[in-house]
Amino acid sequence: MNVIKAENLTKRFGNFTAVDAISFEVKKGEIFGFLGANGAGKTTAMRMLCGLSSPTSGRGEVAGFDIEKQSEKIKSSIGYMSQKFSLYGDLKVYENIRLFAGIYGMPEKKIKVRTDELLEKLGFQKERNTLVKSLPLGWKQKLSFSVAVFHDPQIVFLDEPTGGVDPSARRQFWEMIYEASSRGITVFVTTHYMDEAEYCHRVSIMVDGKIEVLDSPSNLKKIYSAASMDEVFHRMARKAVRNET
Amino acid sequence: MIKYLIEKEFKQIFRNRFLPRLILGFPCITLLLMPWAANFEVKNINISIVDNDHSSCSRRLADKIVSSGYFKLIDIAENYAAALENIELDSSDVILEIPDNFESDLTVTDKGASLMISSNAVNGTKGALSASYLAGIIRDFSAELRRENPSPQSAFIPVINIIPQYRFNPNLDYKIFMVPALMVMLLTMLCGFLPALNIVGEKEAGTMEQINVTPVKKHIFILAKLIPYWVIGFFILTLGFGIAFFVYSLMPAGSFLTIYVFSSIYVLIVSGFGLVISNYSKTMQQGMFVMYFFILILILISGMFTPVNSMPWWAKIITVLNPLKYFIEVMRSVYLMGSGFTDLFIQFIALCVFAVIFNVWAVLSYSKKS
Amino acid sequence: MKHDLKMPPDMIQLLSFIKKEFYHILRDKRTILILLVMPVIQIILFGFAITTEIKNNKIVILDPSRDIATSRIVRQLVESEYFELAGYLKSDKDIEKVFINHEAELVIVFADKFSENLMHTGKADIQIIADASDPNTAVSLFNYASGVISYYQQELMNENNVPYQITSGIRLLYNPGMKGAYNFVPGVMGMILMLICAMMTSIAIVREKETGTMEVLLVSPMRPILIIISKAVPYFILSSVNLTTTLMLSVFVLGVPVAGSLFWLVLFSVVFIFVSLSLGLLVSTITETQVAAMLISGMTLMMPVLMLSGMMFPIENMPKFLQWLSHIIPARWYIAGVRKLMIKGLGVTSVLKEFAILGGMAVILITVSLKKFKKRLE
Repeated sequence: MNVIKAENLTKRFGNFTAVDAISFEVKKGEIFGFLGANGAGKTTAMRMLCGLSSPTSGRGEVAGFDIEKQSEKIKSSIGYMSQKFSLYGDLKVYENIRLFAGIYGMPEKKIKVRTDELLEKLGFQKERNTLVKSLPLGWKQKLSFSVAVFHDPQIVFLDEPTGGVDPSARRQFWEMIYEASSRGITVFVTTHYMDEAEYCHRVSIMVDGKIEVLDSPSNLKKIYSAASMDEVFHRMARKAVRNET
Repeated sequence: MIKYLIEKEFKQIFRNRFLPRLILGFPCITLLLMPWAANFEVKNINISIVDNDHSSCSRRLADKIVSSGYFKLIDIAENYAAALENIELDSSDVILEIPDNFESDLTVTDKGASLMISSNAVNGTKGALSASYLAGIIRDFSAELRRENPSPQSAFIPVINIIPQYRFNPNLDYKIFMVPALMVMLLTMLCGFLPALNIVGEKEAGTMEQINVTPVKKHIFILAKLIPYWVIGFFILTLGFGIAFFVYSLMPAGSFLTIYVFSSIYVLIVSGFGLVISNYSKTMQQGMFVMYFFILILILISGMFTPVNSMPWWAKIITVLNPLKYFIEVMRSVYLMGSGFTDLFIQFIALCVFAVIFNVWAVLSYSKKS
Repeated sequence: MKHDLKMPPDMIQLLSFIKKEFYHILRDKRTILILLVMPVIQIILFGFAITTEIKNNKIVILDPSRDIATSRIVRQLVESEYFELAGYLKSDKDIEKVFINHEAELVIVFADKFSENLMHTGKADIQIIADASDPNTAVSLFNYASGVISYYQQELMNENNVPYQITSGIRLLYNPGMKGAYNFVPGVMGMILMLICAMMTSIAIVREKETGTMEVLLVSPMRPILIIISKAVPYFILSSVNLTTTLMLSVFVLGVPVAGSLFWLVLFSVVFIFVSLSLGLLVSTITETQVAAMLISGMTLMMPVLMLSGMMFPIENMPKFLQWLSHIIPARWYIAGVRKLMIKGLGVTSVLKEFAILGGMAVILITVSLKKFKKRLE
């Protein structure tokens, strides 16, 4: 069963075509890697799927809802973690969890229980009452992710979730992704770290607003007879004409 | 769901290092200091007298002017040019020129004398008032002379006795005029500027996107933003009532309830307007400038400091669209005239219409998509 | 022929920073538009709409006798530009209602048998009742009305050839038309320059603090003073544009001429712009967030400038402590100076005090904020 469907999804800003008629599908329970160089159009595509931006043409479906007409319905079924840290810095750790859980309509009691569980799992018990802005970056990202999946969405969208942190923190982060996936949450993740691409079930590579290839990492390496995803990526990226921004 | 959002707004306001101090301190300082500033009462007018007559009569007039209490004699100038210099240096406000045959014109030849009053009218009102006070004293002076020297003609002098009566504020206390006006200004500024910076602040911080990707309803989100300012408005108003009573012994002639009801509608208007501006702004700076622009205009053409009646027709039309005008009318009527709901029906309807328009607009202009 | 201009490296750095700031400002079209249009609209509004002149006020008459004398007085009242007749009242019970329903600003009550009393006993009463919830308007209205009535009395005396008559001619200096604009133009100029300069500068600096880019600038080899200058220069230029538009508007649209020397007026304004910019600088050093900087420079400065600068309310009428307080408000000195230079057309010697005070304020503000700024660095 497909939980994300895109057909000729296009987004133009003036003369600039950020996303150029992309079509793909993501299966339920998959970890789908959405790769591409900076400026390839990943974030724009993802924002359209999340209902944050309307497509210029083409259509898409997320969790069975149309992204243009039913975007508010989609929002109840997804979680989202943006590239820029976007929890409330002036709220405490537990207050951020409580706020977003509350917005998604989780009952008060359940919020309390699950917050305690979560903080314990993350080892954040001591930081429960810390203002979020004073957490180190790696912790902020873990918290953002946890908030994004706290209400058990069907799908979670992660935009460059591991930008700027060291490899060991990135590994820990991917453990969390796997854990969420094991709970049945479909994961749609953009990244430009190619070692992370290896962790995905399937990946697509976007170049200049178009999806160039879409397959499992092992198949891609076979087709391009490359030793790593990194190599595959570099071959693709060479085709790019757009400037990196 | 709204509970969590409101909780969050309050926490953000109170956790800010600056906002709580501003919300408490700004109204206090304003209400303690500013009511004393407004005083158009024209007294202690500085006068230069050019006495070309040097007669007992002209000296007597000068004495009378000084003893009236309105005027302070700065100097007896040699000539008009010297007196004008005083005006230029702002050391004097009015010049009275007494011609050289003043006394003889008045008493000997009996053909009547003439004087010249020159008043600094850079501030037109003050200039005209000073001149008319002086003319009044001169009229009294001639009446005095007539009483002292009765003549057949002065047996019949018609005297019209003009009795002023100042309704609602018999002692012409400017503080009664200012305190309600300042309360309106405070509500407008605090409940207008803060929301104008709010949503756009979240846009700049990036938290807006995290909210937009949740299923939160637009009107719920806007309502959660409004309610804290509504509460702040009530707080400011109550603080204002307290200061008005304890510092200036002012109590509204009408009921507190009327003011609270009208204020609660008014705060919704300004805050809603602030949110509309915030929705359309890309940066906080933009939001601030746009709001500043509107608030200044709204305050100045509300009739708060200058009467609406004196405005040209096009400005009067603008005032019809100015919610502040209605609210200031309400505040003054309730505070001073003791008006109740029935007297303020038009204002009530007008304010409700504004409240609905701005808040619906705030919901509609908040777009969860970019 | 090509000159090899050798600029010191500091200068080159400075210029490139100023350029950067300019680009930054120019990119935000809406803010630029507001900055340039705001003074225009404010001057026009102030010039035409905001006036303390009293005109076209509705009066209501209570006149039981309706005789020759009263009708002549009423006619004279209505013929003056101050009043408009809104109707007659039947009984004094209706007076209160007139005010509560805002039907009129003034009620004139003639005593019973007015003309009869006036002609036979030589005495008659008129009561002028004003709505004093706005005491300023009430007093002015009373004075205008009683002026018209005194004039009538004077006419009667002339007719009866009464001795000891003194006629007083009245000349209104500088502003014979009693235009409100003469009073307000300097005030608006002061307010616009003060608030825009202070607000813009403080926001520009605090924003860099908030986003963290200030730290980057501070660790650069650029000297702090140059960073500040580069922030201030674009706003200085913008303010000068605003100054030009306000002056042009007041001369060509409002008809408020520059009666004195334009050169000194401009120079005086430039000093004031310096003070405002340095005030913004001070605000930026004591605040941490944009919100705080904006609210302090926009809101908490607006109140004293509006109230205590002498723009609205005459300073000489204020109680001593407020008069004293008004001394520290730069706009007060600016407005006083502009009134002398622009409206009265006096020479520069008359504003030496204002010049010196504003100059002193600029020096003090800049020194204090530089000190604070350096402290942050250490």
